[in-house]
Parts: sequence; C-alpha cells; structure tokens
Amino acid sequence: MGLRVENLRIYYHTLRGYVRALDGVTFSVADGEIMGLAGESGCGKTTLGHSLIHLKPPMTYIEGRVFLDGRELPIWDWNQMNEFRFRHVSLIPQYAMNALNPTRKIGRMIAELLAARGVDYREVLPELKRRLDLVQLSHEVLGMYPIELSGGMRQRVVMVISTLLNPSLLIADEITSALDVSTQKAVCEMIVEFRNRGFVRSTIFITHDMSVLYQISDSIAVMYAGQMVEKAPTETIFRSPRHPYTRMLIAALPRVGVRYREERLRGIPGTPPQLLKPPPGCRFRERCPVAFDRCQEPPPFVEVEPNHFVACWREI
Amino acid sequence: MLTLERVTKIYRIGTLGMQKLTAVADVSFEIGEKEIVALIGESGSGKSTIGKMILRLVRPTFGTIRFEGKDIFALQGSAVKDYYRKVQGVFQDPFASYNPIFKADRIFTMIWEEFFPHISRKEWNQKLEDALQAVGLNPSDVLGKYPHQLSGGQLQRFLIARALLLDIRLLVADEIISMLDASTRIDVLNLLADLRNRGLSILFITHDLSLGYYISDRSIVLYKGRIVETGPTERIFAHPLHPYTEMLLASVPQIEHKWAARSYRVEQNTAHSTSGCVYYSRCPIAQSICAQRPPALVEVADGHWVACHMRS
Repeated sequence: MGLRVENLRIYYHTLRGYVRALDGVTFSVADGEIMGLAGESGCGKTTLGHSLIHLKPPMTYIEGRVFLDGRELPIWDWNQMNEFRFRHVSLIPQYAMNALNPTRKIGRMIAELLAARGVDYREVLPELKRRLDLVQLSHEVLGMYPIELSGGMRQRVVMVISTLLNPSLLIADEITSALDVSTQKAVCEMIVEFRNRGFVRSTIFITHDMSVLYQISDSIAVMYAGQMVEKAPTETIFRSPRHPYTRMLIAALPRVGVRYREERLRGIPGTPPQLLKPPPGCRFRERCPVAFDRCQEPPPFVEVEPNHFVACWREI
Repeated sequence: MLTLERVTKIYRIGTLGMQKLTAVADVSFEIGEKEIVALIGESGSGKSTIGKMILRLVRPTFGTIRFEGKDIFALQGSAVKDYYRKVQGVFQDPFASYNPIFKADRIFTMIWEEFFPHISRKEWNQKLEDALQAVGLNPSDVLGKYPHQLSGGQLQRFLIARALLLDIRLLVADEIISMLDASTRIDVLNLLADLRNRGLSILFITHDLSLGYYISDRSIVLYKGRIVETGPTERIFAHPLHPYTEMLLASVPQIEHKWAARSYRVEQNTAHSTSGCVYYSRCPIAQSICAQRPPALVEVADGHWVACHMRS
C-alpha cells in the first residue's frame, strides 16, 4: 500500500508570522520503493521528513493528510503518533551517529528503547545479532560505549536500531552527508539491502547529493522553496528532466571526467525566496531562464507522463 | 614555492598523553606557482593536519616546511605577519568561522586594523569592494549584515575575499565546498580556478574525488597519514595504481554509471600492525610482504608516484 501524502502544509510559527516551509505537497511512495528527496538547503525536505513522525513546535500543522498502508497517520497529534513511531515509521536524523547516548552501552540503550515500546530485548536479541552480522559489526559492539566506535560504525549501529522493528516507512535524513566516500557507499548499499530483505518497506532518502540518489533510489522527488517541482523514476529524472530547476541541479554536478579547463560547469544564479512571504506564482520564477508571463500564476503539479509529475507551465 | 620535507606529526592522546597517534607520517611534497594541488583522503588521513601545519597552527614533530626557501616555524616577529600576508586558510564550516554577535564584515575591518592601519577609509573601501567583486559578490547586498543573514556560499566567499585583501600567494582550502549546496558549490570551485589564473596557488583539501578532479593540476592521495599515490590529476584518475585509490574512485557516486555490485571491506575495529603497509588490513591484493615492511613511494611514470609492493 505504501505511503500517500496529500496536500501537506506545515508552517513554522515565528514572531514575524508563519514561515511556509512545506506548502502543499502531494506524492506517494509505493511498497518497496526508495524515494530520493532532493533540493537545496531550506527547501523543506527535512521538514517533510520530520513532520511524518514527530511534528512538534515550532512546526505547525496547517492541513493535509498522510496515509500509511491505508491507515491515516494522525501526524498532528503527538500522543496518538506514539503508536506508530519506531514500529511503523522510523527516522534516522542527520548526525544520528552523534546522537547515541554516551553514558549507556549500546546494548543497554537498545534494551531501553525497546522497553519504551513494550518489546522484550531478549526476544529481539537473536534478530539484532543477525543484523549486526549483516552490516559487518561484531556482537561486541553491544557491550561498548558509542565513543569506542568510529563515525561509520556508529552510523551502521543507528541504521540497525532504527529498522529493528521492521517499520513500513523509513525516513533517512542526510545520513551519508558527513561520511567518507567508501563509508557512504557501504551505508547506501545497506539501505538497499534492508529494503531487499523486507526490513523496511518504503524509504524516503533525503539528501542534497543527486549523484548518491542516482545510485540507490527508485524514484526522485525534487523540492524547491517548500514545494515539490518534479517527481519521476530515477532514470527519467537524470535522462529527461522536465523542470528547469532539476535540469540546472543536474548540470551543476561535478563528476569524474569533467575538468574546468575543458568544461566549465555552472551553478544556479540567485538564491531561493524567503518563505515568510513567498512571491506569488511559481517560486522558481526569479531564477528561471525560461520564465514567461504565465509563471505569475502558481503552476499545478501534474502527471505529464505515467509516474512523471512536474510543476512547470512550460511543460504542461 | 611551498615545500614539505619529511613532515611527521605525532599527537599524544589518552590519559596523560601516554598513547601516540601518528597523524602524518613522512610526508614530502611541493606546491609550485599558480598550481592547484588536491590533497585527497578520508577522515583520519591527516589531510587537515597538513593544512594546519602549513598555516602554522600545529607544529610538526619532525620535518620542515619551507615557504619561499624559509622554514616557516623559524619565523619570528614581523616575519610571521609577513607570512600570513601571503598564506591564508579557509575552512569547512563557514558558519563556525564567524562570531554570530558581530556583523560578518567585521572580518574585513580586523584585516584593515591589523595589516593596513595606514590606509584611509576611502582607499580601504575601494580595496574591499574590489575584493568582493573578485569573489562574485555585490558589496551593497552583503555588507552590514549578520552571519545568519547570509548564505553558506556567501559566507565562504567572504572568507576568500578576506584572504584576497592580503597579498596572498597560497590559499589552503580545507573542505570549503562540502557544506555548500550543489547550486553554489560549483560557483565557489570556479572562483578558485579563476583565482589561480590570477596568480594564486591553492592547496585544495577534499574527500570528494570528483571535486578534486574538476579543479586540480596535481593530486596527492593520503591514507592514515601517508602518501600512497601522487601525480598529475588526469593520470591518477585515468590509471590509478594503488588499490586504495582504486577503491576511492569506485566508491564515488557518479551519474554516468551505477556502482559495481562488488562490495568493499569496510573499516573494522582491528589493531593495525605497524610494521607493514598501512592499507594491509583492507587491501584486496595484499601479499605476505605487505605485512612485513612498508612500501616506499616509487616513481612509476613521469611524476606519478605510488607506494605499493604489488603495483610499483
């Protein structure tokens, strides 16, 4: 059944008014799908990920509905969501590897986490050990403190913990950004492996690094200034992107084989609009090389081909 | 212009500094005029320690670093200040480089007061404007603002502009791109390339090989404080010889092709034997000789050096 998000609006409450961090987002993630979520910092990708599991002030729920496996997630109700957290929806936040409790041995910390969800540690222990084997960690880590492990090892511990109860939805927020290329590759392969083994069903993989998404995701959603501008299967996003923002993001990617003397890459000029009072119409208009009169109206997010959604007047 | 000769840095760690950690071991290289050298390695490779030693922030345990022929740790008094006129650094986290209480342009005023007290305000403002334009910023947009009002890319360019105000010859750029968005990181890279064309040398420290490839003339690959491979960038990327360089290249996410299914050995918490090659425990082609003695850095082709028993 997967995940279905309909017209989700999450604003940040500030003294100067609402910051429209997430302004009407609609998409779905199928069972077994790894959806990459890309965009510049401040585009709302982290807000989207976090609102699906722990929506708390200053985040304010405005409207929208979220369904997971056909059941509605009461994301606006902190206490009701407790039933879903960790069991059905799990999150690996950015810098999670630094968020392990430094005063607890890893095994004891996991036991306490499970107890909080009413699960017996001893019952889960055999499965836990199997999964440590899978990510090439020795069982000894359970008796170790987080400080005794390297960053890459802690990241693997966090991944095992957050998927231990086989959640339907895993949200991974920039989990590879602080890692070395070889560790980054290992973590990405684990995300795919966990999906293949059915430890998690649907995954939202948030990153600003499009080239990582090309490696592991089945589909990619690109966000800009609180809205979704394009969503399509990974190959389509890279081979025939339709939104000018997506095209410019891909063109700006440095890659092995490109040297500035032969081919000078170009960034995207300008900065994203501030979201306290976003401009009317298409939010990318000011930076867009192909903007025209019509762009003063907000473009709808429409399916231009099967599974390919774009919000751009030029493409409709 | 800058020469490192057999530089080693040993940190004392643990209780009372009883344990020793060799962060940089026997590293020698040079940076020439108008040259961009990429220093590539994973965390713990010692790449940042090398940058800090060149900036005189950390003193090497053994070895010497010379700039224009002079040992930089023997400099005294005004010679130190002269050194910093010519050699400057920019670091990874632009947000941590500023004091949030003060306006961001305070970094320029400090340069003015410290290095150019004799220059009039009018003259200084002109100089500042030129420097900001050189890094692609519009002075009226960015001056008089607090750090939180500027983007990461803008702050990073501010720091480069600050270096340009001095008569800088060498810039140590330590992971300056990694916290920036894809849309702005390429602009900062292009800026570095333009600065080189204006006569600057750059030590570009990075863990991202595609960035290193895009910009550098020469590359140095470090593993656990040792140079494992060095040479002209194009040659290293086209014909990597050290298994570590091969592994790094195969791990870079690219958009032309997907990762090969072959998995690499991830790092384990095992003790390393100090007698052999540093890469021994992860190396797929290691033989018994690799555990016995460390390989020397050998020139295998014109300017291409590799430290590997199997490949040299």
